[in-house]
Amino acid sequence: MAAKDKNKVNEPSKNSNAGVASYEQVQKMHPLYFNLVKKRYWWFALSLLLLIPGIISLFLQGLNLGIDFTGGTMLDVSFNQAVTQTAVSETMKSVGLDGKVQLSNGDTSALIRTVPLEEDQRNNLISALQQQFGDFDKGALKEDKVGAAMGEELTRNAFWALLIACGLMIAYISIRFQFTYAISGIIALLHDVLVTVGVFSLFQWQIDATFIVAILTIFGYSINDTIVIFDRVRENEARMKRGDSYEDMVDKSVWQTMRRSINTVATVLIALLAVYILGGESTRMFALAMLIGVFSGAYSSIFNASQLLVELKQRLKLLPAGTKA
Amino acid sequence: MKRVNIVKLAVLVLLVAVAAVFSFQPLTDPQKGIPLGLDLRGGVHMVLQAEPGKDGKEISKDDMDTAKAIISKRVNELGISEPVVQTDYDKKRVIVDIAGIQDPDKAVDIIKTTAKLTFRDPQGNVVLEGDQLKDARADTGQGGRFVVNISFSPEGARKFADLTSKYVGQRIGIYLDEEILTNPTVQTIISDGHAEITGYSTLEEAANDAVLMRSGSLPVSMSIAEKRHVGASLGVDSLQKSIRAGIFGIAFIFLFMVAFYRLPGFIADFSLIAYILIVLWILKLFGAVLTLPGIAGLILSIGMAVDSNIIIYERIKEELRLGKSLRAAVESGFSRAFATVIDAQVTTLIAAVTLYFLTAASVKGFALTLGIGILVSLFTAITFTRFVLRLLVGISPKMNTFWYGVRREV
Repeated sequence: MAAKDKNKVNEPSKNSNAGVASYEQVQKMHPLYFNLVKKRYWWFALSLLLLIPGIISLFLQGLNLGIDFTGGTMLDVSFNQAVTQTAVSETMKSVGLDGKVQLSNGDTSALIRTVPLEEDQRNNLISALQQQFGDFDKGALKEDKVGAAMGEELTRNAFWALLIACGLMIAYISIRFQFTYAISGIIALLHDVLVTVGVFSLFQWQIDATFIVAILTIFGYSINDTIVIFDRVRENEARMKRGDSYEDMVDKSVWQTMRRSINTVATVLIALLAVYILGGESTRMFALAMLIGVFSGAYSSIFNASQLLVELKQRLKLLPAGTKA
Repeated sequence: MKRVNIVKLAVLVLLVAVAAVFSFQPLTDPQKGIPLGLDLRGGVHMVLQAEPGKDGKEISKDDMDTAKAIISKRVNELGISEPVVQTDYDKKRVIVDIAGIQDPDKAVDIIKTTAKLTFRDPQGNVVLEGDQLKDARADTGQGGRFVVNISFSPEGARKFADLTSKYVGQRIGIYLDEEILTNPTVQTIISDGHAEITGYSTLEEAANDAVLMRSGSLPVSMSIAEKRHVGASLGVDSLQKSIRAGIFGIAFIFLFMVAFYRLPGFIADFSLIAYILIVLWILKLFGAVLTLPGIAGLILSIGMAVDSNIIIYERIKEELRLGKSLRAAVESGFSRAFATVIDAQVTTLIAAVTLYFLTAASVKGFALTLGIGILVSLFTAITFTRFVLRLLVGISPKMNTFWYGVRREV
């Protein structure tokens, strides 16, 4: 408590900055304080370390695209008895079909993936399965057929959506902040998207239409996270005086918003964990992608975005007049 | 001053509580409440793509309208409540959503029949086309036999009279494309344009043929570009799981806010309840359909909606730590956090809007709930939370700042 009293005594002397916490005050407030900006090359290295395996995997094995992208028919059938993978595959072959079979629920549920089936092919398969394994639970049947053209359309639209969202965000941030802020924010954002896509590629988790949704939501969320920190940098930058250090100012800003950064991530993670654990099969992969993206978003907002801003400002010699790096 | 504030606060709490209680029924009513998507109650979603004909003729808007009308008619024949049939003129598609269906295979069968109905003489020449058929109904005829009663337009009746007079005692064929539907024997000359086709062993069989005859042929051939079918019990299961996920998610967020922000945390929870109510009502008024991704979006938006509160409260805490009075801290905390909250939410909104306009129908629901959620959370954080916090400060301006999450000697 002694420290706080001292600060109070100090306050009147800093007249021009009345009502503004000093760098020292901010440092003392956080028991775990360490300089986030000076060590920025470490964070950049850490980010690269996270990104590189994913990127390599993307080049080597790509993504495990579901039928939403490739086109195809997917049948999730719950039988009244246990089945075997070979038996289901054999049954498919008996009607001239080839595809992947995945069993679950104590081998009573079969997930069948194959090319887009015409209705009569599909009906043949269903009756062959029925003949082989007896009746199945019609109420629990899930069936998706996506024509090849629809899949291409989804991929194309997703790409455009990302590009347009990116452009709009750069425009908005450039207007409300500065162009350097926009570029730093977008790089941090692409980092999060790449991390998420990279992890999905590394583990070859299958992606469907909801993955696109997750990526775009990560887009929105991660930039939101960064903006709150940038907002503080903007505010503190305007208050900078001759001889002040830009690095210190940014470090202070990141710490001033630290509680918010962590608490917001915590509430979003709570919501996502609830969906992941309790929300059922169809939304699980969506929640997983979001979990990775949100986590990465929080990390990149705190450790990358404003550090990139400092780097850009220094390299491009855009520091406010009279201040030092 | 104090008493007025206490009364206002009490009235507000009461209002929200009453609104919550009275909203429950209208929002969750299976018929009139927020409609649930096919993935939550089971059903078939189909995208039928019109294929350009072999003659390379353009598919016109008229063709699409006719196709839609015919498909609607066929779907309605199935006797299911509120099927949805929409056209996408740009992409030449007809989108069909049928919920709560017992036998989806039959529905698909009937809808995808693109065939042209023709009446042919015994040599197989087309004499009469389906568009001259006015009606076809299944019925139980004399002696309990199952029949289809058909009637023709005046021109059709004339042609049919010719046909029947020429071929008494012979079989004429009724074809769907090249597939024979039935080939009744002409018993007598039929000149009034009303005929009875016999020879069905069940009423259902007759009804099926009647539907096919009645609904006429599609002006363009259509292929199934996309089909998604969710079994009824699977839908219910998904709905229950998402609701459970929502309840737990919200409960933990509420606890978290109270643990970290104490009194303002309560206010945040209180405005979250208002937030959820407003979002659900807007969804209902928009006639939005709640899908599985939509619910996920809703839960996520609740996690994000508290963000505005967190930004504001952290700012208030900062102001308190700088030694400001409670009243001054709340006021300057709000005004300083305002720009932050706007900038932060606008960027998320950009993502939601692009998502809404650029993606498939299956994920539009998610973008919609997310977008509405962002706007409403802006509204509740700026107006509602501020109003309640001001009331509280008015009631007890000297309250220990511990209740605001800041330890300080006063």
